[in-house]
Amino acid sequence: MSDQALSSAPARLRIPAVPGVAVALAGLAVLFSALSPGFLTAGNLSNILVQSVILLLLALPMTLIIMTEGLDLSMGAVLTLASLVLALIVVSTQSLVLGLAGALGVGLAFGLVNGWLVSVLSIPPFVATLGTMGAAQGLALIVSDGQSVVGIPRFIRQVYSGEVAGIPTPILIGAGFYALFHVLLYHTRFGTYICALGGNRDALTLAGVKWKRLLIAAYMLGGAMAGVAALLMTARMNSGHPTAAIGMEFDAIAAVALGGTSFEKGNGWIFGTLMGVLTVGVLRNGLNLLAVPSSVQVACIGALVIFALFLDGMRSHKS
Amino acid sequence: MSVAGDISTGAPRLHLSQDMQQLLYRLLAAGLLCVALSIATDAFFTTNNILNVLRQASLLFFLASGLTLVILTGGLDLSVGANIGLSACLAATVIKATGSPVLGTLTGLTAGCAVGICNGLMVAKLRIPSFIATYGMLWVLHGITYYYMAGETIHGFPPGFRQIGSGYFLGIPIPVYLMVGFLVAGTLFAQRTVWGQQIYAIGANPVAARLTGIPVDRRLILVYAFSGAMAGVASIVFLARLNSAEGDIGEAMTLPAIAAVLIGGASLFGGVGSVFGTFVGALILTLVLNGMNLLAVNASWQPLVTGVIVIFAVWLDMVGRRRS
Repeated sequence: MSDQALSSAPARLRIPAVPGVAVALAGLAVLFSALSPGFLTAGNLSNILVQSVILLLLALPMTLIIMTEGLDLSMGAVLTLASLVLALIVVSTQSLVLGLAGALGVGLAFGLVNGWLVSVLSIPPFVATLGTMGAAQGLALIVSDGQSVVGIPRFIRQVYSGEVAGIPTPILIGAGFYALFHVLLYHTRFGTYICALGGNRDALTLAGVKWKRLLIAAYMLGGAMAGVAALLMTARMNSGHPTAAIGMEFDAIAAVALGGTSFEKGNGWIFGTLMGVLTVGVLRNGLNLLAVPSSVQVACIGALVIFALFLDGMRSHKS
Repeated sequence: MSVAGDISTGAPRLHLSQDMQQLLYRLLAAGLLCVALSIATDAFFTTNNILNVLRQASLLFFLASGLTLVILTGGLDLSVGANIGLSACLAATVIKATGSPVLGTLTGLTAGCAVGICNGLMVAKLRIPSFIATYGMLWVLHGITYYYMAGETIHGFPPGFRQIGSGYFLGIPIPVYLMVGFLVAGTLFAQRTVWGQQIYAIGANPVAARLTGIPVDRRLILVYAFSGAMAGVASIVFLARLNSAEGDIGEAMTLPAIAAVLIGGASLFGGVGSVFGTFVGALILTLVLNGMNLLAVNASWQPLVTGVIVIFAVWLDMVGRRRS
């Protein structure tokens, strides 16, 4: 008897632990299905996916940035600014290409500044990006003069509401970028270096890798993705608004933290981030269906992040 | 003997003079700003405007002085602005319901302090990095406040209460007296008490602090509680000055408060800085923003300028460290 008990103990440990984010996602899905009849319908599920794409576009590069033991608090404000610039250009020139170029330019410029502050000047990332967040918020108010930009042409709206082969365009865009980041992180040298930037920066220095450039590249990737997200955001809202995406970086950080990416030691998991994004999406959608005010949703997500980080801390203390 | 004596007296004197030097540079910067603004605009060097600058600086200082202690331990409190919002709204409700400013003030201070204790527990006990824990707290508070207020505004408080924010005593605004009071108390606490010195020690070297038997967890909870309580103080003065409470009342205050602390010479890496330095920092930032106002610069530029100042201040600190 006692022998059996002893031998079964290690066997139980060998069963791979189900990641917390999967439990959270499944739990929320079951909960909302039970509470709201409108939740588990094909239309609503597709809705959740579509609504999660903008967040996914931010959370993917945020995963990489957090893996380098960094953080980008400016993402929401940069997304807002890029969306305004895109809206202004599109309204005046009627050109999607120019508009997108403007949005990407804004994103890349802020990414460059963030990366430069963090890598070359070695300013702690949360303060550097807090400063650029203020700068981007200010610029958003300046370029828009505090007003919404309206009169977005129809072909921009099509980006969000269109379909290709029966699948909504945003989902295709999201899937494409997810695949891109998966390959980038797991199958390229750049991805390996990103892991090493958080895990063991000294090793990179000793190996002669010019890691400062890589760090700048990671932040520029974040800025560029904010530019892409700006296109979807403008198309979705059918306008540019100076406070549109304020605080969206928090949802992105929440998704990454929920997905099990650690704020220390370069442990990241891109599929976890996808599940984290869906968890935030399901939470928001379900609470919406239950007519919970968005202010409470924000508080719930805040509490969820603190809980996820607490678990993260527990895990790293055990190992 | 004499050599040892030289070293022991020489080292602290050098250290002190370096700190004093830094502080003098900052006072000089504030003075130059005053001179430049006096030349650039007639409206600057008037009694009214000077008192106005001092009153604005006092609001910023309340928030920044509590934050200084947190930054001295090597942490950061991003929730102070959202904390003002919640504390002000709760205090406003109590004043409206009971008609008693004293009860309202106590409510504001208690709410602020309670939020601070939660932050402290997360940082000290759950070991969540402070900037993330307080950032999460920011959104939790934000959500609670918006839900609680539901877009409403509470306004119209008793005249006696409003004196705290907009009253004068001997021709000087009452918040300025409060500022001087907290400046003296904060400086004495940080420089002259064991607890204050332990806070410096924790920031300078947390491991050594723990090994020397300093109750690090309790001191950390204490500084976050202080930071929260000072947000409570700021919320009361703000409330009395604006005569109305809204959910977003303190939202734009977090970045300026951090800027004031960093301009004041505190290091984000802990152990360096002072409450008096933060006072000078709050003064410099207020002068800059006031000057922009007087020169008719669009208010939209303020967050941008504040953001750039934050980065610049941290960069100066980094350069100083690398040199020494």
